[in-house]
Amino acid sequence: MTTKQHKAAWALGTVIIAGIAAAAGYAWQPAIDPLPQAPAADTNQTLITQGARVAELGDCMQCHTTQNGKPYAGGLPLATPFGTIYSTNITPDVETGIGSWTQEAFARALRKGVSRDGHLLYPAFPYPHFTHMTDDDVAALYAYLMARTPVHAPAKTNELTFPLSFRPLVAGWNFLFLDEGPLPPATPPQSAQPQSDAWLRGRYLVEGAGHCASCHSPMNALGAEKSGQAFAGGLIDGWDVPPLNTLAHARKPWTEAQLADYLRTGIASEHSAAAGPMQPVTHHLARAPESDIQAIATYLMSLQTPAPAQPVAEAAPSTADTQVLTAGAAIFNASCAGCHSAAAPMRTLGNRPALELGSTLNADSSRNAIQMVLNGNPWNGSSTAHYMPPFAGVLNDQQIADVLAYARATYAQRPAWSDLPARVAAIRKENSQ
Amino acid sequence: MVKLTVNGAEHDLDIDPSMPLLYALRNELQLNGAKYGCGLGQCGACTVIVDGKPVFSCLTPVSSVGTRAVRTIEDLGTLEQPSVLQQSFIDHQAAQCGYCIAGMIMRAQALLDERPGATEAEIREYMQPNLCRCGTHMRIIAAIVEASKKLAANPGAKA
Repeated sequence: MTTKQHKAAWALGTVIIAGIAAAAGYAWQPAIDPLPQAPAADTNQTLITQGARVAELGDCMQCHTTQNGKPYAGGLPLATPFGTIYSTNITPDVETGIGSWTQEAFARALRKGVSRDGHLLYPAFPYPHFTHMTDDDVAALYAYLMARTPVHAPAKTNELTFPLSFRPLVAGWNFLFLDEGPLPPATPPQSAQPQSDAWLRGRYLVEGAGHCASCHSPMNALGAEKSGQAFAGGLIDGWDVPPLNTLAHARKPWTEAQLADYLRTGIASEHSAAAGPMQPVTHHLARAPESDIQAIATYLMSLQTPAPAQPVAEAAPSTADTQVLTAGAAIFNASCAGCHSAAAPMRTLGNRPALELGSTLNADSSRNAIQMVLNGNPWNGSSTAHYMPPFAGVLNDQQIADVLAYARATYAQRPAWSDLPARVAAIRKENSQ
Repeated sequence: MVKLTVNGAEHDLDIDPSMPLLYALRNELQLNGAKYGCGLGQCGACTVIVDGKPVFSCLTPVSSVGTRAVRTIEDLGTLEQPSVLQQSFIDHQAAQCGYCIAGMIMRAQALLDERPGATEAEIREYMQPNLCRCGTHMRIIAAIVEASKKLAANPGAKA
């Protein structure tokens, strides 16, 4: 859509929503009385441990903690198509966190997207998924968060344009898109038998706390997951989010074991290494029980659509490309081969995927490959995560385009990406904004 | 032929365009300050400044440098007249074996050129890519913090 069409769709959507909101009277929600002080940390360690498990599976920390910030103190800017929203402080600080929240208020926020004082939360907070969580998990998560160190960190003001800054409009959104309550009953597909318990557990985690579809689905004009297109892929923080229902279409189809490995370690031997916004997700999933991760993999594998016929083999590169490929080869040999050539120790350590099979290099879009070269994969303190240095300051747009054209032709052997230099320039500009 | 501008001087070198900048500096120009550490962009011993930004010269093909100015540690002070940053490293005895120090100084130099007066927090974040296997990071950080304060107080001083 063009910007104008976007604006028109927006205006129309806003009017409809305002009408529905007024009619439904959804907008008014009562305040729940604050606690005078944060509740004493629960003495039930088992409950707190269970809450930690829910928090890791739900990846709460990724949005509710800034880089180098105090855990769960919020303040991370979330860029949405509608403006910037800042995540909130969910430590038990009475004044600026959720220390004054009763468990009832906490459960209402997770399930209905309503803050303790009654104002409506924006659906950047994935309550349309959290609404499926069980009472037990909600209670455990509450106990866990209330046992964190309170941090005094006032919420930052969101930067949203009117009328979106007017929160009661969210009531219309909820009317349209919030499917409150537990997941409807479902029967595991034949393929998941005899692990139906794992499938059910996986479904609960993926659709509930894990909220995978929040990033892995395309969004409609109102910022809700497009109906009927769950897991068809999306775009987050400048990275393409791969579809989760076409894992069988990869050059080598994903196996359940590879998917579970990927989720727990960030590396799948024949596919890719987690990067961009997915890398921290894998760090948190690594701390969840292995059985939960297996269950998630079981469920996701059951969502696959059949693979299409073998992709058409690529035509030989045109002669015009030869110059690009030669320049790209020179850059590859100096900048990339040290780790990515077939004989490099870095390449073979820990079952790392070969470039030939890499999801990024084989993708239809060049976006993630460009992001990888520009940003690399950052250090994560002293954790054992894989690392790649950034090349944004080393190579210019044309050079990045050349090296990617070379790698695509040499390793992925898929049709060349189009307009690479312009794409690199555009994504570099996006990143600087 | 590959043209390189290093420490203000232009050089025409008959080398392979895929040669990493580090090899050209050390083997062709005898500028041996920058060190070969891991060759993978993971340790920072090879850090030099290209166009004002710190880069891992071991991963930078000479063909990519073009007309951008390369600056190495040989361009800072001399034994008799060390730069503010070098003097601070000496005062803090920041080097143990010294292998990482040229890279450390060049990364810090890039920061202080851009932001004289950078805070300790900024320095710690900026210096993250460079490692010291002897573990003198605390002294290295202290040396850079002091140099940063001196440069902020006296902006005219040669860093």
